[in-house]
Amino acid sequence: MEHSAGMSLERPFSWKGFFLQWEWILFLVFILIHIVNAQLSPYYLDFPNLVDTTMTFLDKAFIVLPMAYIIIMGEIDISVGSTVALSAVAMGLLHRAGMPMPAAMLCCLAVAAACGFVNGFILIKFPELAPMIVTLSTMIIYRGIALILLEDQAVGKFPLWFEYLGWEYFGPIPFMLFAFLVCAVIFGLVLHKTTFGRQVYGIGSNRMACVFSGVPVDRVRLIVYTLTGLMAGVTALFLTSRMGSTRPNVAQGYELDVIAMVVLGGISTSGGKGRLIGAVLAVFTVGYLRFGLGLRNVSAQVLMIIIGLLLIIAVAIPNVRGMIGSYLTKRKNSA
Amino acid sequence: MGKRLGLLALLLVFGCLVAAPAGEVKKYAFIFKSTGNPFGEKLMEGYKTAIEEQGGECILRAPDLPTAEAQISIIEELIAQRVAAIGLSANDPDALQPVLRKAMRAGIRIVTADSAVNAASRDVHINQADPELIGRVQVQAAYEMAKGKGDIAVLSATSQATNQNIWIEWMRKELNNPRYEELQLRKVAYGDDLRDKSTSETEALLKTFPNLKVIIAPTTVGIAAAGKVLTDKDLAGKVFLTGLGLPSEMAEYIQNGVCPWMYLWNPIDLGYLAGYAAVALSNETISGHHNESLTAGHLGEKQVVEAADGGTEIMLGAPFRFDKSNIDEWKSVY
Amino acid sequence: MSTNAGTRAIPKEGLLAKFGKFREIGLLVFILVIMIFTQWKNPNFFTFENLDDLLANASILGILALGMMLVIIIRGIDLSIGANLALSGMIAALTVSNFPDTPPLLAILIGTLVGLACGSIVGVVVAVLGVLPIIASLGMMYVFRGLTYIVSGRRWVSAYQMPDTFKDMATGRFLGIRHYIIIAAVIYLLFYYFTNHTRTGRRIYAVGSNPESAAISGIHAKRLTWLTYAIMGGLSGFCGVLWVAKFASAQGDTASGYEMNVIAACVLGGVSIVGGSGKVGGVLLGTLLLGTLNNALPMINMSVFWQNAIQGAIILVAILVNTLVKRNVDRSNLARRPI
Repeated sequence: MEHSAGMSLERPFSWKGFFLQWEWILFLVFILIHIVNAQLSPYYLDFPNLVDTTMTFLDKAFIVLPMAYIIIMGEIDISVGSTVALSAVAMGLLHRAGMPMPAAMLCCLAVAAACGFVNGFILIKFPELAPMIVTLSTMIIYRGIALILLEDQAVGKFPLWFEYLGWEYFGPIPFMLFAFLVCAVIFGLVLHKTTFGRQVYGIGSNRMACVFSGVPVDRVRLIVYTLTGLMAGVTALFLTSRMGSTRPNVAQGYELDVIAMVVLGGISTSGGKGRLIGAVLAVFTVGYLRFGLGLRNVSAQVLMIIIGLLLIIAVAIPNVRGMIGSYLTKRKNSA
Repeated sequence: MGKRLGLLALLLVFGCLVAAPAGEVKKYAFIFKSTGNPFGEKLMEGYKTAIEEQGGECILRAPDLPTAEAQISIIEELIAQRVAAIGLSANDPDALQPVLRKAMRAGIRIVTADSAVNAASRDVHINQADPELIGRVQVQAAYEMAKGKGDIAVLSATSQATNQNIWIEWMRKELNNPRYEELQLRKVAYGDDLRDKSTSETEALLKTFPNLKVIIAPTTVGIAAAGKVLTDKDLAGKVFLTGLGLPSEMAEYIQNGVCPWMYLWNPIDLGYLAGYAAVALSNETISGHHNESLTAGHLGEKQVVEAADGGTEIMLGAPFRFDKSNIDEWKSVY
Repeated sequence: MSTNAGTRAIPKEGLLAKFGKFREIGLLVFILVIMIFTQWKNPNFFTFENLDDLLANASILGILALGMMLVIIIRGIDLSIGANLALSGMIAALTVSNFPDTPPLLAILIGTLVGLACGSIVGVVVAVLGVLPIIASLGMMYVFRGLTYIVSGRRWVSAYQMPDTFKDMATGRFLGIRHYIIIAAVIYLLFYYFTNHTRTGRRIYAVGSNPESAAISGIHAKRLTWLTYAIMGGLSGFCGVLWVAKFASAQGDTASGYEMNVIAACVLGGVSIVGGSGKVGGVLLGTLLLGTLNNALPMINMSVFWQNAIQGAIILVAILVNTLVKRNVDRSNLARRPI
């Protein structure tokens, strides 16, 4: 498997290696999807449609970025959907209580970051606990708090400019797409070009070694979880803008979608492997696949089967290739 | 790599220049709350019949999960396909407003059925039955079953379910009538439309309120789960069940006496009426304003009236009562 | 954390060390506290009828949690079980509704076989194709769920379409105890024997705690991995039939999201998500905690809007308390170790 991150720097450059990278395969799949979709639906290759549809799948993509960090660390956070709900509800309530919208938006981010911080804090105080179970319980708690705050109501009536976030354009590009690309570049640079990013990989490949070589493991974990919360807050802003109102049951099941995209992007859940660009490509690949199938009005159950099989096939391809490769070398050696 | 990218860009530009096909058969879509719901399937069946009777092409969609987010994506896909009208059973009355306004700006007419969106984001709503009547009639049924005396409880869907919340509000208003002095509403429980949770909630109601006489369950999964619990505990004749349920799911419990009678409306007719309204709106036979009238196939003439939320609606009729006498002919229909 | 390897060497066991062997003691105390609190709020809690309901409702969760335990021990996870359960249950329900003379045992067999087949596919994808368990099972979850809608033609199978013999399976009693409770108890005993006293069972732990050394000692890790998913699938299929018979209805979205409850029961019961450790007794307690919460929360009269938050808080506190107790026990074990 080629997707070990920074190692390639020391390796001599090879075109074959370059094209066999997971990210390249994803890119080719991405193009293939466009070609197939264009054949299947006359409405597909239409610039406004292609650009507009990014707004339907990019809201959760903001969480994909920090989730990639978490999964590279060999951990997981399944409370993100609930964090979105809680921070969105908090923003709605504060705005209804008379707080100016920009301040309410900041509070939304602050609440979300606090949720992430709590996850990280529990995890560093109880290092023997699995992140899965801690975030499973905070997942129930955060949505529970949202339910206590808002009960069976919805809050909305945000100022008109707030809709700009999720619906308007920055030149020809939707503001959301623009914001996502900016975030993706920042997250990519931090992950691949800074000490902090190296530490994230280090924790994922060998935590013990990191502890002994003086990497501030607890601090890095705390920051990454807080960052995940913060980006869930960003998702809450865009999602709320797109829906114009919010209630405690928004963003259900986002955690699984987000994790699926990260792993589809070639980031291994056993930690230490993968690159951010893969996850970003996966977001767009799955997004456009769904859009194309949607234009063909494929029924939900067939869509489920296609997405499920795609997920498995995509991840199985490198392994099968590896298996065939090792079989061939074995035969060559024995001959 | 540069070459490939260039090719892709060329492909994209070329695609944009190709004009979309126009002037074909008009397309009408319907989006239900989620897939695999028998009520929704029948509703869409009725919609499809109505559209095809009038020579349109029908697209039926339903997301895999009953969320507003999923419906937003589907509506975007339908806008991209330039459908003439969208019929909709909404998962959230407000959260679809921005995307529906976008659809309306693109000239698409919006009809809701079964579960409405707010007045600003639709042309007209097809109301299965007056929510006030639905709420009141269930309390009246409970009164009759309990012989005027005892505890009652409500087993609803989720605490966020808009339709149920409106009906329960009307139930409370009806209970304010001095006639129900001896009828005590003890609790509104929520089974979240899950079998296991609805079962636990029903069991807890029975144990917590020993004088419980009637359970009102205005939701299809909840009423069937409650029917099963009452059957298993041999409480037929002691604790009664009424509410809104699917005849197929409830046939067993109506026949064994656990549920003397319950209500629902005909989803096929509901979809059929929505289909006629969608075509009439897109042909501009009606505009969705108060006092207009429309001829809806075999349902005959229907009036557009003002709705309680300030928008307009077309009323299908009164809730239909299912009991031992008619359940056999309906249980295999839906 | 390797569990009972060191304790055996201690010559004389003090009371605390005996406690230490039972690491889930914190959890047990916690469950009792919740039960007593509920009894204080609602005197109907400690009645035969209620405990009977509680156990019968928790039985399906408990059976699934056992299968999940094996999967987690071998460093996997299976998110497809809710969908598998729905598909198997639906096929069994369609069978009994089309052929009302089908004996209930045959229906169970059909459901179990369908589940076994589904689980085997997941197992092959994980063990042979080497796809990460979370992705393999997530993918198959979508596939199974989609298939459920397709085989049912998006219809439900309702109570009146099922023969009485089939539904009686769920309501029937043996010596005054409901069938489901007895079935669950038998499966727990079988699993206790399987995990503790059979070679295959011990090997699953070996692969989970150290795959490399297990491979060196000649264990077929792939075969064992496949086996755990197949067992999980078989149990899901079995539970699918139980589910459909219990609620007398089969829907396309049956048990959607139920996998999370099952995983929670395992992890609450001390099954380590990184693999290698987990005990049948612990899973039983984890199941009982969730079962008690599901039963008790509706019985104490509190606002429905608080239920989620309280349930989550209880789970979190249970985990944290259990961890603190374990730490204490570990520390005193260390102190007692002869140097």
